[in-house]
Amino acid sequence: MIAFKDVTKRFGDHTVLDKVNLEISEGQVTTIIGKSGAGKSVLLKHIIGLLRPDEGTILFEGKNIDKMKKGEWNAYVSQISYMFQNSALFDSLTVFENVALPLQETTNMHKREIRQRVMERIEQAELTRVADKYPAQLSGGMQKRVALSRALVTGPKIVLFDEPTTGQDPVRRNAILGMISEYQRKYGFTAVLISHDIPDVFFISNRLLVLDGGKIVFQGTPEALDDFEHPYVDEFIQSLEGLQEHLTGLYSRRNFRVRYQKTLKRDGFNDRFAVAVFSLDDWERIEGNVGHVAAQKVVKALSKYINEHFGVVGGFSSRLFSNQFVTVLPFSDLKEARSILDAFVRDLKTQGMTDIRSDARLLEKECFEFAISAGLAEGTSDDDVNTVIDTAHSEGTTIAQFRCESREVTVNEKVYP
Amino acid sequence: MEREWMTQRKSLTAPVACLGQKVMGLIAEMGAAAIFLFQALVRIFHPKQVAPILEQVYFIGARSTNIVILVGLFTGMVLGLQLYHTLIQVGSQGALGSVLALSLIRELGPVLAAIMITARAGSSMTAEIGMQRVSEQIDALTTMRIDPLRFLVSPRVAAALVSFPLLTAVFDITGIVGGYISSVLLLGLDDGTFFHGVRSGVEMSDINGGTIKSLVFAVLVSTICCFEGYFTHMRTDSAGAKGVGLSTTAAVVLSCVFILVADYVVTSLLL
Repeated sequence: MIAFKDVTKRFGDHTVLDKVNLEISEGQVTTIIGKSGAGKSVLLKHIIGLLRPDEGTILFEGKNIDKMKKGEWNAYVSQISYMFQNSALFDSLTVFENVALPLQETTNMHKREIRQRVMERIEQAELTRVADKYPAQLSGGMQKRVALSRALVTGPKIVLFDEPTTGQDPVRRNAILGMISEYQRKYGFTAVLISHDIPDVFFISNRLLVLDGGKIVFQGTPEALDDFEHPYVDEFIQSLEGLQEHLTGLYSRRNFRVRYQKTLKRDGFNDRFAVAVFSLDDWERIEGNVGHVAAQKVVKALSKYINEHFGVVGGFSSRLFSNQFVTVLPFSDLKEARSILDAFVRDLKTQGMTDIRSDARLLEKECFEFAISAGLAEGTSDDDVNTVIDTAHSEGTTIAQFRCESREVTVNEKVYP
Repeated sequence: MEREWMTQRKSLTAPVACLGQKVMGLIAEMGAAAIFLFQALVRIFHPKQVAPILEQVYFIGARSTNIVILVGLFTGMVLGLQLYHTLIQVGSQGALGSVLALSLIRELGPVLAAIMITARAGSSMTAEIGMQRVSEQIDALTTMRIDPLRFLVSPRVAAALVSFPLLTAVFDITGIVGGYISSVLLLGLDDGTFFHGVRSGVEMSDINGGTIKSLVFAVLVSTICCFEGYFTHMRTDSAGAKGVGLSTTAAVVLSCVFILVADYVVTSLLL
C-alpha cells in the first residue's frame, strides 16, 4: 500500500534516514521499533507529508506522493489520520470539541450527526464523564485516549500512531494497545505504530520494522524477529523485554524460549513434558463490558493466578497473545498434566475467581461474564515447542465459565464430571 | 600569497557583507510576511469563518474596550491640562477644543489605541499561536486537512480590521471626554467654547484619516503578531517556551515600531 524507495532525509549534516526501503501492507498493523532518536517519527511524518525526503520516493498504491496533483494529494491525505506523540490536543478546546474538530472543519455533516458520531467515539474510549473538560484537566492516559478518538472519528483508512503509549503504566499501556487492536479489527484500517512497548506491542502487530542507524534492518513478523540475528536485537530488544513482562509477570516470549532450551534441551533430559494453552474467551466482549483498562487488569490477575498455580509444580509460563497464555510442565506427562489441570479448575471454582476479582480490583458492580478454555499436549525434547503449543491450542475446550447471575464459576461438566 | 590576499579582502568586506546579509534577511522576512498576509486575507472569505471571526472580534475588540477607555480618558485629561496651561499664556484657550480633538482624532487616537491593542491582544496572539506551533497543534491541523492559516490567522486579521477602527473611535471619544473633564470641569474653561472648538475644528477628512491609519495598524499588528507566532519554530536563537517568549517580545516591539513608522508615512501621504 505504502512503499519507501531509497528514502534519505538529512537535517544539516546529520543523516536521519539513509536510503530506507520498506513496505506497509493494507489492513495490517505495522510497528516500527528503534532506539530514541533513530528517526522513527521522521519516517512517520514523511508518510503524511509533514516532511519531504531529500532523496528517494514514497509510493502510495504505486504513485509517487511527491508528484501527486492537488486533488490526488487531498484525496490521499484525507485517508490518513495521525496520532501525535504528545497527543497535540487543542488546549483551548474541550474533549468533545477536540474530537469534533476534524468533522466540523472538513465535512458538511449536520451538527446532530457530528454530535452523535463524536459521542459514540467518546463512549468507546470511556471518556463520557470528561467530555466537557479541557485537556489540561485530564491525565496523560486520558489525553492519549482523546487523541485516539480524534484520530479515528473521521473513519480513516490509514492511521499513524506516534508512540501512543509513552509514559503510561503497564495496565493502561496494554489498554491503549488493546483499543488500537480492537478498532483496527473493527474498522479494518491500516495501522502504522511507533512503539517501545516490547513485547506488548508484538501481540497486536502483524509486521515489524526495525530502524537502526537510519536503515531498516528488519522487516517481518514478530515471530521472525526471534530468529533474527543482529546486534541490535541483543542490545535493544532484549533489554526492553527484561526477564518478565511488565503486565503479566510471565516470561517474555524470548526468555520463555531460552528457559525452554535450557530445561528441555539439556543433555540427559529425555522425559516427556506437557504443554497447556489457556485462553480467555470472548475477549472483545469483556473489553466491551468492563472497558479496556479493567480487561487488562483481569488478564494480569489471571496470568498471575496461572503462574502461581503451575509454578509450584515446576511449570513456566508466557503470554502468546493478548488473551492467551502457555504453560510448560517440564516434569509431567499428559496424564499428570491432566490431573494438575483438574486441580487448577477446582481451585478456580472455589477460590480462584474471588482472587482474580480482588487482584484486578474490580468493584462488586463491575461484573462480567467470561469463559476460560484450556488445551493440553505432550511433547518430547526433540519436538519443536511451537508444534506442541499448536497441538495444545487445537485441543482447547472450555473448562470453566463465570456467570454474573449466580456469581459463581461453572465447571464444564462434560470435561470435569 | 593569494590566500593571504583573499583573507585580507574578506576582513575588509566583512562589515559590509554582514550589513548586506541583514538587510537581505529583513527584506526576505518582509516579503514572507506580505505573502503570509495575502494568504490570510484570501482565506477570510470562507463559509466557516463567521463564528471564528466573531469570537476574535470579542477577544481583540470587546475585551480591549476597558483598557482603551481608561488610557483614552487619561490621555485626553492630560492633554486638556497641558493645552489649557499653554494656550492661556497666549490667550488662545478658545482653540483648546479643536486642538485637543484634532490631536486625538488624527494622531493619538489611532496610535495609542493600536499600541494598547498590541500590548493586550497582539502579544496574546503571538503567544497562543506560538504555543500551538511548538506543541505540534498546527501540525495536527495540517494532518486533519484543516488549513492552519484559515483556522488560526485569517479570523484574527479580519477581527483586527473590524476592531481597530472601532476601538480608535472609542479612544477618540473618551479622550475628548477626558479633555472636557480636565479643561472645563476642573480648570473652568467655558463648555460652549470647548464644544464649539471641537465641532468647528474637526472635519470628516480628519476622521477618515484616523480610520485609514487604524486600518493600516490593524493589518500591521495582526500580521506581525501572527507571523511571529506561526514561525516561532524557525527561530535560530532559542526553541520551545523560551522561543515563544522571545517571539512574543519581538512581535510587540516590532508592532510598536511599525505603528510609529507607518504613522509617519500615512500622515505624510494624507496631508
